[in-house]
Amino acid sequence: MSRVRVLVGTKKGAFILTSDGKRASWTVEGPHFAGFEIYHMKGSPLNPDRLYASQTSSWFGQIMQRSDDAGKTWEPVGNEFAYDGDPGLHLWYDGSQKPWKFTRVWHVEPSLDDAETVYAGIEDAALFVSKDGGKSWQEMTGLRTNTNTEKWQPGAGGMGVHTILIDPTRHERMYVAISAAGVFRSDDGGKTWAVKTKGLKSAYELPDPKSEVGHCVHRIAMNAKAPNVLYMQKHWDVLRSDDAGENWHDVGGNLPSDFGFPIDVHAHDPKTVYVVPIKSDSEHFPPEGKLRVYRSKSGGDEWEALTKGLPQSDCYVNILRDAMAVDTLDSCGVYFGTTGGQVYGSPDGGDSWSPLVRDLPGVLSVEVQTLS
Amino acid sequence: MIRVALPYHLRNLAKVGPEVELEIAGPITQRTVLDTLEARYPMLRGLIRDYATGRRRPFLRFYACEEDYSNADPDDPLPAAVAEGREPYLVIGAIAGG
Repeated sequence: MSRVRVLVGTKKGAFILTSDGKRASWTVEGPHFAGFEIYHMKGSPLNPDRLYASQTSSWFGQIMQRSDDAGKTWEPVGNEFAYDGDPGLHLWYDGSQKPWKFTRVWHVEPSLDDAETVYAGIEDAALFVSKDGGKSWQEMTGLRTNTNTEKWQPGAGGMGVHTILIDPTRHERMYVAISAAGVFRSDDGGKTWAVKTKGLKSAYELPDPKSEVGHCVHRIAMNAKAPNVLYMQKHWDVLRSDDAGENWHDVGGNLPSDFGFPIDVHAHDPKTVYVVPIKSDSEHFPPEGKLRVYRSKSGGDEWEALTKGLPQSDCYVNILRDAMAVDTLDSCGVYFGTTGGQVYGSPDGGDSWSPLVRDLPGVLSVEVQTLS
Repeated sequence: MIRVALPYHLRNLAKVGPEVELEIAGPITQRTVLDTLEARYPMLRGLIRDYATGRRRPFLRFYACEEDYSNADPDDPLPAAVAEGREPYLVIGAIAGG
């Protein structure tokens, strides 16, 4: 029988939630790494018991953890992320140039080809790879050397590579997203990269709204059945690309707000997409205090509010960019975690929701493993 | 024998008790103590001193014999009481919260 494992990174530790395929009752294990921020956890698609976790701390810096038994035990692996050569300068909040500095790992993305290979997106923005299960890390320098890095700048949360997508039909094609720089695509396994921001407009954030670089992209997502179709939640705007990022167009349609952080796509239908609108860039909570996931079944533009089982009054949580994920069961499950510590799940594609767990520390990330 | 006291989270990570004991040949300085500590417990590398700069992380302090050595030259000798194992060298996490 199928099982589902939900990996939850929080501000004070990691939790692993498990259920059978019915997804009606959940077991909560944790906290692992109690007291530490867990920016992200993810399992290898080739060896689902191989998990990676990014453990960070303002006191102690970065720790990378690896489990080979589905999170029962963990071991610290390599935590040195040294830029290749002098990384130079990037734009700072005040307009000055500031030296690049490693701060933390925002996102880990295990390879689709090799269980020992894993990618890491870091702050200050760069892409690293480990080919020995996380023991050592090397920068994939093309991301910084091919692009206008002197114009990259941090968003309020820092200048991190927060999204790494690998085209499941063409593994040498990768995407990364950076706040606040934009979206980048590689067609050669990460050796070289090109900016893919045509169509993005950031009127409130950039002096030139159509600038090639500097957009605060919050998240991008794809479905394996249509890998050239990408969805984006930008600082403001929800967008879609039908040509692998060459051109983007707004599909915010009737959303109550097109500001938000996460976006994800149904596991089986590339036209069904989910967002959680937030009131604004200065008020990071749901409009009207109603927690509503919005679903479009038409690739955007036309959205419906999903409210069954979600609080519809006095709700002022946020949902961060890496805190939404889907499972791949026949009836697609959708999951998200909140800054208030709730993890909600829907076993029916968003029609109804219930909390898997209610009172965790603020949730930073959610990933899902569908296990047979 | 040099005694080093670590903060709670680093003790857990290294799977040690409140203090670790280190044998160090040669001068007893903050640098030799921390180099030896990291060689014996590699999982602590980068967590007390920044990899890129080699400097103390801002939210950690180094105390010994009721003195603050956080900003002292890392190659200066530590007090005899630390070198002789009568007093521990303390790695302290800054107090913060709310």
